[in-house]
Amino acid sequence: MAEVFINDVFVGHVNNPEKFVSDIRNGRRIGDISLMVNVSYLEELDEIHISADKGRLRRPLIIVTDGIPRLTKEYIDNLIKGEIKWSNLVKDGIVDYLDALEEDDALIALDEEHLTKEHTHMELSPISILGFTTSLIPYSNFGSSSRLIRGSKIQKQSLGLYSTNYFLRMDTDVSILHYPQTPIVRSCMHDIFGLKEHPAGQNVVIAIMSYGGYNMQDAIILNKGSVQRGFARSTYFKPYRNEELRYSGGLVDEICIPDKEVKGYKSEKDYRHLEKDGIIYPGAPVASDDVLIGKTSPPRFLGELEEFSVTASTRRESSTTVDHGTEGVVDMVVLTESDEGNKLVQVRIRDQRIPEIGDKFASRHGQKGVIGMIIPEENIPFTASGIRPDIIFSPHSIPSRMTVSHMLEILAGKVGALAGRTVDGTTFDVEPEIKLREELLNLGFKDDGTETMYSPLTGKMLKARIFIGNMYYLKLKYMVTNKLHARASGRIQLLTRQPIEGRGKGGGLRLGEMEKDCFVAHGASLLLKERFDSDRTIIHICEKCGMLAIHNSLKGKDYCPKCGSNVEVTPIEISYAFKLLLDELKSLCVYPKLVLESKYNISGGVKEEELTESGEVNEEGVSEEEPKEENGDVEAVDVEEISSGDSAGSEENEE
Amino acid sequence: MLKNLIEKYKDLPDNLVQDIEKIVKEQKLSSEDIKKVFKKVMEEYEVSKIVPGEAIGVVTAESFGEPGTQMILRVFHFAGVAEMSLTLGLSRLIEIFDARKIPSTPKTEVYLKKKFSSDIKTIRKIAAMIKETSLNDVVREFSTNLTLFRVEIILDPVGMRDLNVTKKQVIDSLEREDFNVKETKDFIYVRHNDEDAKFVDLFRLKEKLKKVLIKGVKGITQVLPVKMGGEFIIMCAGSNLKDIAKIEGVDEKRIVTNNLFLIAETFGIEAARNMIIKESLDVIKNEGLNIDIRHIMFLADVMTSGGVIKGITRSGITSEKESVLARACFETPIKHLIKASVTGEVDNLNSVIENILLNQNVPVGTGLPDLVAKMVGEEEARMSKKRKEKKVKKGKKKK
Repeated sequence: MAEVFINDVFVGHVNNPEKFVSDIRNGRRIGDISLMVNVSYLEELDEIHISADKGRLRRPLIIVTDGIPRLTKEYIDNLIKGEIKWSNLVKDGIVDYLDALEEDDALIALDEEHLTKEHTHMELSPISILGFTTSLIPYSNFGSSSRLIRGSKIQKQSLGLYSTNYFLRMDTDVSILHYPQTPIVRSCMHDIFGLKEHPAGQNVVIAIMSYGGYNMQDAIILNKGSVQRGFARSTYFKPYRNEELRYSGGLVDEICIPDKEVKGYKSEKDYRHLEKDGIIYPGAPVASDDVLIGKTSPPRFLGELEEFSVTASTRRESSTTVDHGTEGVVDMVVLTESDEGNKLVQVRIRDQRIPEIGDKFASRHGQKGVIGMIIPEENIPFTASGIRPDIIFSPHSIPSRMTVSHMLEILAGKVGALAGRTVDGTTFDVEPEIKLREELLNLGFKDDGTETMYSPLTGKMLKARIFIGNMYYLKLKYMVTNKLHARASGRIQLLTRQPIEGRGKGGGLRLGEMEKDCFVAHGASLLLKERFDSDRTIIHICEKCGMLAIHNSLKGKDYCPKCGSNVEVTPIEISYAFKLLLDELKSLCVYPKLVLESKYNISGGVKEEELTESGEVNEEGVSEEEPKEENGDVEAVDVEEISSGDSAGSEENEE
Repeated sequence: MLKNLIEKYKDLPDNLVQDIEKIVKEQKLSSEDIKKVFKKVMEEYEVSKIVPGEAIGVVTAESFGEPGTQMILRVFHFAGVAEMSLTLGLSRLIEIFDARKIPSTPKTEVYLKKKFSSDIKTIRKIAAMIKETSLNDVVREFSTNLTLFRVEIILDPVGMRDLNVTKKQVIDSLEREDFNVKETKDFIYVRHNDEDAKFVDLFRLKEKLKKVLIKGVKGITQVLPVKMGGEFIIMCAGSNLKDIAKIEGVDEKRIVTNNLFLIAETFGIEAARNMIIKESLDVIKNEGLNIDIRHIMFLADVMTSGGVIKGITRSGITSEKESVLARACFETPIKHLIKASVTGEVDNLNSVIENILLNQNVPVGTGLPDLVAKMVGEEEARMSKKRKEKKVKKGKKKK
């Protein structure tokens, strides 16, 4: 008496669960029951689950009866002839779609070899144990699994023809590879997934050797001739948009060339590409900070500015500019309407990217690296037949990673290129290495893929034979031009006066906690000080109360707002962050008092007790303040008497 | 001759001098050669000395920190003997340096005296004596009889035989703890001492009874005799040095535990220092890493120099920093600033971190030495009170 559930709702009992379940399955295969129904018998719970709800992942499997797959040769021949389709197989009960629960009930053989009488199903192909991108890696059953994972990740980052209508789209951060090619060595999945229409790499001649050390670690050397012939060239697209917004009170944005009176007006040069309507024209060459869409907005706070400004205009500038570090040509301008019905302008920038040192490349086997050097073609080693490799790849990348598939692809690629055909590299079903070797031998080459090469500099033969062949290489979306960043000076944060963060804003590069420790460990004291100098300030301190004094540089007069003008005021150089800390302490009613002392007062006739404490730049005392009393400095004076000597020669060290 | 030389090079550490003495005697060197040896050793010794201004603290921290990042991936490693598990890896290292009061897996290695350590039967017997046996281990059933207002205990004969416990022992140990025990033929029962006790108290009594120690050493939950280096030792889970040492047959000079505080309490702070070094070195070796022992020794010295074990935490050695700002830079800044403002502390800016905070030269490495100039006519300039315009240049005279 098994309990029956339909879509997890209890409906009744069944006496013979095995027969009941197989009846449903047979009914589905005949066509009496919907193909979308899956059924499973959970023996230990004595429950039958029939599912027909949505959201179940299902996959096709060939049905096996008595150890014989139902997919016969006849069907296969008809399929190849095109007389029947996949849907016929499903209708004829040759293929089952199983969901996760029914899969638990099935015994699935990987291939015909492993079939026994107990098996209920068989995989369509052993490659179906792999995912989309992993199944695209040729000869992947010869590679190590961790590299396959990396290889499939890399393929997702490769540049290619991601969409055929890319010129009509406003995608962010995309590139199109020029002259994409389909691979010579490919798995059958390549054609099934339709990657012929969307190729994502190029076939190159690759030599595994070291040459001048510029391909150490994971770097690669590129042939300049190949680059000039268009290898791995791509176009980078970046869209910008600006919208005429409406504000309360009937105020609106206006897309136009901003008037010179507008608050925040840049410079005439920045607006030079704008046409009368305030929008840039297609084909305009633009660089960082050039205006693409001119726009003015109403003032943020109404009436605030009118009191001070003489002119009537209080509108502010809100144009769209090209991002920091970006340049290119305006590719397309679109004038349209946003969801709210506002005027919307979209501008797309295009930039041709020629491979340069630092651009990232990869094969399909998790072997990624950046360009270490681009060498002129005449300086690239050549083979006896005059072939010069496009890429020189480091041999050290192979042994520890055990990417045998990488090597086999080069060999297979060589055979394919020489014989003028494609090579099948489908996982578990590849063209065997021995056949490739035989064919290569017949084509007149050494069967191990190595060739004698000659040094371009001396013309002499290289002592070692070099493994050279063809392989499919991918240009990845990480390009140095999008990463390059340096700064000498620039914007700072308002609060701390330290440089702002981020490449897009032209920020600084942070010297962090651990980097600081490194300087300290090396004892590089002055260098450390220099690195942290970005927020240094000179403040004037009243030596009587230890707080900020006022320095009038015009009159050359100093005075302390508390103690008056008859006090010693000394300039000191500290980080602004520390000044901020002192200010925050003050706001918490804590009296942080700076007690100054000269670093160099030993030689002057100073008192004995000061001698023992000398060596400090300055001293800092923190003492409690009584906030209720006006003259709460009584206690502070006490502290002063304890910690500082007389007012002898207080001079701040300013190096 | 040799004595004169030893007197001459008395700066050399004792163990170095001893080594030289031994080698010199073995090799029968001439006095001329001995002189050369001493000279060379002294030279090497001087070279190996740490230079003034070397930031040894930071170097030590980095020496632990960098391999530590590799250890993170291997935290949950369990090794040890048979069923016993031990905390190793980074979590144990953190435990040591944080000076946690009780390690997460306390362990004691008990060595036995010669005549006891040969026969496995006697070893098992000693092991059984060490293992803590509570009443709960030898009881089949506890039940509260509410009508007669007592807790009835039915003993488990199998458990008692295994643990070598007699009924009399049970009753004796219960009486020792001042329980009101009575014996019947089938079971023993305990009455509450207080006449006015409520039902809740009876239940509490039952829970209390479960924990009564019948025999063994308190805190030792597991014992396991293992062969180690040619002799049997008893590995114990749990730590209790004093009580184990009292058991007959135990070599009280060779009891080792990983409970640092217990070692400090029993054997003194120097033993604890050595144990810190040994324990952390074991962890590091286990991970296949290589950190120079001098870093570990330095850390152990810092942790134990106060006479008690102090962790490298905000409540440990960091709280002993002189500078307010340095303490505030580490953890809980508000606490330190408030305390400093209440007591009116003075920060003399003598250390590294506070000088970084103020962007001044840090007193390590090149920032340590000061140069002071004596200006010509400085005295007059000082007298003329125009101090602000006075420029101080770096000069030749060293401080």
